[in-house]
Amino acid sequence: MSQSIEERLFTIRYKADDVSHLIIKSQDECLACETKECNYFCPSDVYLWHDQESMTSVAYENCIECGTCRLGCPTYNIEWVYPKGGYGITYKFG
Amino acid sequence: MADERFDAVVVGAGPAGSAAAYTMAKAGLKVALIERGEFPGAKNIFGGVIYRRQLEDLIPEFWKEAPLERTVVQQSMWVLGEESAVMLGHHNQRYKDPPNCWTGLRVKFDQWFAGKAEQAGAVPIYETVVTQILRDGERVVGVKTDRDDGELYADIVILADGVNSLLGKQLGIHHEWGPDEVSLAVKEVIALPRQTIQDRFNLEGDEGCTIEIVGQTCQMAGLGFLYTNQDTISLGVGVMVSDLKKARVKPYAVLDGLKQHPMIRKLIRGGEVKEYSGHLIPEGGFNSMPKLAGDGWMVVGDAAQMVNAVHREGTNLAVTSGRLAGETAIEAHKVGHFGVGALDAYTRKIRESIIHKDLKKYRGVHQLLGFGDSSLLFDKMPQALNDAIYNMLLVDGMPKKEKQKKVMRYFREAAGGNAELVRLGMKGWRAMNG
Repeated sequence: MSQSIEERLFTIRYKADDVSHLIIKSQDECLACETKECNYFCPSDVYLWHDQESMTSVAYENCIECGTCRLGCPTYNIEWVYPKGGYGITYKFG
Repeated sequence: MADERFDAVVVGAGPAGSAAAYTMAKAGLKVALIERGEFPGAKNIFGGVIYRRQLEDLIPEFWKEAPLERTVVQQSMWVLGEESAVMLGHHNQRYKDPPNCWTGLRVKFDQWFAGKAEQAGAVPIYETVVTQILRDGERVVGVKTDRDDGELYADIVILADGVNSLLGKQLGIHHEWGPDEVSLAVKEVIALPRQTIQDRFNLEGDEGCTIEIVGQTCQMAGLGFLYTNQDTISLGVGVMVSDLKKARVKPYAVLDGLKQHPMIRKLIRGGEVKEYSGHLIPEGGFNSMPKLAGDGWMVVGDAAQMVNAVHREGTNLAVTSGRLAGETAIEAHKVGHFGVGALDAYTRKIRESIIHKDLKKYRGVHQLLGFGDSSLLFDKMPQALNDAIYNMLLVDGMPKKEKQKKVMRYFREAAGGNAELVRLGMKGWRAMNG
């Protein structure tokens, strides 16, 4: 009964803002980053490195607001704030 | 909201914040309770277990009205091998009366608890993010929110803004948690019929059980957990972020691994995943606790790293710290002093409380987990224990004396020699008895 991450995130109610609450401070840092660990440790697959475009994309709409990326990024390259009041995730069970 | 003035503003309506707001409002203080979620609990998850003792101090016999799941009568620890488990547990009907703890779900529980604070007179300000601490010199005088004209002024600001505590960083009491000071937990709530849960876990009526799980966390320092709710199961796993960074494994893949383990697979068979969630857990313990009070402010709960990782106690420490901060605020209002001299009484109360005593006892655990070889404690040793028991119980014609030697060899080899094994034992003892 393992599910894809898409199926998993589908169980959470989201109210996405128009603007991202997660900001990559410098894409150059991402380019220079050897581990690109945010591509792995994020529990909702927000971050993905694109070789061709040479950039990390940020699917902030998927964010479950845990904070791991803020302190997990090796160069603290992610500006992390909460979504605006009432936006972001709402759990049904918790 | 522009010119409103409060005796106290509480930021965050989790257990710590609601406990503080309830305590103060009940004593007649004018309190604002701010929450960024659509309602209290909207953003919150835990394992989770709710304990009687500390909340009872605040609301006698709360369990007669609070939304709780099952009364825990059985607690176990499972040490997993690849396709095996060594199980240790305790079942006792005495845990029913008086109840010791319950399983729970935070969306319901946090709404109820914040509702108690509201009934006591706290002013709810939900769907609102506090973006800034307002200061006059060194003194905290209020907060700025993301609402229009969203400044609130108060004699005391209580930070109950959770493990991420952006406001604690703003205040400068901690810069940023290190990746070895927090773990990331992911969890699923899996629906199963009530009767099926009772049959599978040997429970009747409202009885519940908890299982903590060591091993099979992809060599990372971490703990799995499985708790029975009324008609759902909470299954999750938390791993140290420092290990997760190195492992290059998706957190939900660790959970998937547990779900496929033969011991767990059978317990959740046929269940439907109703919710996936994730949250950071403070793991730094005693050594990571920041300064707790200053001019016009106090910090409570997860925001102050108040979690006992060894006994997975968090909500009870949150409730206790919230109450103590609330009581300190009441005393401060009596004398009209809100400086560090008055509010430091909160720090003293924490020091005299179980929070300080318990976290101090386990102060070495963080170092044991954070800087040791995680694969030794969380993979090799659990597997060695399983192999040892397997061989002891296997009747294969080998004399018992020889078997005993073989069994010891598993532990020795896992630890990397006799001396290492002894050293690990001593280190472990010291960590648990600091």
